[in-house]
Amino acid sequence: MSGVAGDGRTAPASARRRTGVRGNTLAFWLFVGPFAIGLAVFVYLPIGWSALLSFFDAYNTVTPSTFVGLDNYVDMLTEGPFLRSLGTFSLFALFIVPLTFVLSLALALLVNQVGFARTFFRSVFFLPTACSYVVAALIWKLSIFNGVRYGLANTVLGWFGADSIAWTGSTNPPWYWLVLVTLRLWLQLGFYMILFIAGLQRIPQHLYEAAWIDGASPGWQTFRHVTLPQLRTTSVAVLLLTLIAAYQAFDEFYNVLGTADGYPPFARPPLVYLYYSALGSGGQDFGHGSAGAVLLALLIALVTLLQGKVFGFTRRED
Amino acid sequence: MGDGAPHVHRPVGYHRTPAGVIGSVARYLALAVAAVLFLLPFYLLVRNGLATEREITAPDWQLVPETWHWENFAELFGDPAVPMVRSLVNSVVVAVLQTLGQLFFCSLAGYGLARIPYRHANKVFYAVVATLMIPAAVTFVPSFVVVSTLGWLSDLRGLVIPGLFSGFTTFLFRQYFLNFPRELEEAARIDGLGHWGTYWRVVVPNSLNFFAALAVISFIGSWNAFLWPLVIAQDESSWTIQVALSTFLTAQRINVHELFLAALVSILPLVLVFVALQRYLVRGVTETGIKG
Repeated sequence: MSGVAGDGRTAPASARRRTGVRGNTLAFWLFVGPFAIGLAVFVYLPIGWSALLSFFDAYNTVTPSTFVGLDNYVDMLTEGPFLRSLGTFSLFALFIVPLTFVLSLALALLVNQVGFARTFFRSVFFLPTACSYVVAALIWKLSIFNGVRYGLANTVLGWFGADSIAWTGSTNPPWYWLVLVTLRLWLQLGFYMILFIAGLQRIPQHLYEAAWIDGASPGWQTFRHVTLPQLRTTSVAVLLLTLIAAYQAFDEFYNVLGTADGYPPFARPPLVYLYYSALGSGGQDFGHGSAGAVLLALLIALVTLLQGKVFGFTRRED
Repeated sequence: MGDGAPHVHRPVGYHRTPAGVIGSVARYLALAVAAVLFLLPFYLLVRNGLATEREITAPDWQLVPETWHWENFAELFGDPAVPMVRSLVNSVVVAVLQTLGQLFFCSLAGYGLARIPYRHANKVFYAVVATLMIPAAVTFVPSFVVVSTLGWLSDLRGLVIPGLFSGFTTFLFRQYFLNFPRELEEAARIDGLGHWGTYWRVVVPNSLNFFAALAVISFIGSWNAFLWPLVIAQDESSWTIQVALSTFLTAQRINVHELFLAALVSILPLVLVFVALQRYLVRGVTETGIKG
């Protein structure tokens, strides 16, 4: 690194101009090189290696053994579990995405409209962001929804004369979904609330004044015709971020539903499915695991490409 | 953001009308109820961590126990079956190294991409942006394959190093440095500083807020990470605190109150970081969130 500094400090201006291009090339790679090497080894190499492995049998080994063509992909797309995991994700997203959107926007509007104790409320709703999914799973599984008659949720049900529910152990009806969805809501609402508050504060005040002059009443009308349209960018971002986060759901499923006897055969979102099929106790199957990873990566890349179309990666520059 | 007067989305004087007063009361009521619901899980952590086994599941469950069992701390840290100290130390080392390393490598790369003219800089930038399409978690199997080939399983290197090269962090730094005032850099050049001197003595000291914002995000993410440590830290000696908690939660080999207390201890450092640096965290979230 000192070579770069020395180059700039000692070379006379004319000499620097003459060697400028080469000097910049060296400087560029001194700055970007270490990162570029890391990116190549820990991002590009794994993806490339997996793309290769996905055409081979690779049980308990990370070197390709027998070439099987597209068999791994055919297995993934025809056998039930992988497709079922995409179904599980879709169902989860169906709950979590709209609920997160509506509730975090509601919290943002509430927090933004009060004067007294505003910072306090904002901090309280934001605080769960600091909590890990593992800790939240512990609280949800062993305290709030622990399934015994005197657990917190069942105590509340008891006040209304309702029967106790086994929650995480209940598959018919699947009450475990309520446990998983409320857990994620608690943990992520504050994060998206912060995004919405930032969006709300960017709305110019004069738009509201113009709306009042036009006779719009404060409340639903201004919300519908001023606030919501002005929040368009933030809204699209929140929807996509919650969707992409739900796609990667692993921590709370693993910790809430996993037991000493293993993980139940149902409610396996893609990463949980991949974890148990590629690295699970039944031996390591990197051929199928790689094919699954490639498929999941392609699917999410499609979504992010659409997102890039909506936002553009160079928005800051104009 | 957010401190001081409310952002007025209502006509002046509206708050003094009867409808306005009722609206205000309703808003505070809703906020108070929501605040209780949001704080309750934290309280349960404290309450169950400082209770006896019987008090957690007994029929006479009380919201506020009669006695707080502070001696649970001694029990937890003295329990040879729970590698509490080791896991906490591992988590601290991993989170600190990962945060510092990520800031170092990604800020350098971001600066180079933003400010050092180079013929193929665009191609390199596209190679970075392309990685943003695929979240790291989705490719955990491929990454595991590479890390295990390197012999880094149950090893600090396997936990830390693969997470250092974040295309997204580099992208954010590049965008930030593009907007850095050029006059400051030009003044540094006139003073005879090269790229490195300009970066280290002028750009970094004037960008500490931005560094702090990304550092807080990175530290929290690293401390709370679960899937990658679960896959890599296979021996108990390399467990992070999240892996330790999860192992005891799913296997339920230890007392429930110890488990809750361990979880409480695990979030204390983060709550402190959160309270002390919330300003940077809010900035970090708005920077990374909207552009994510």
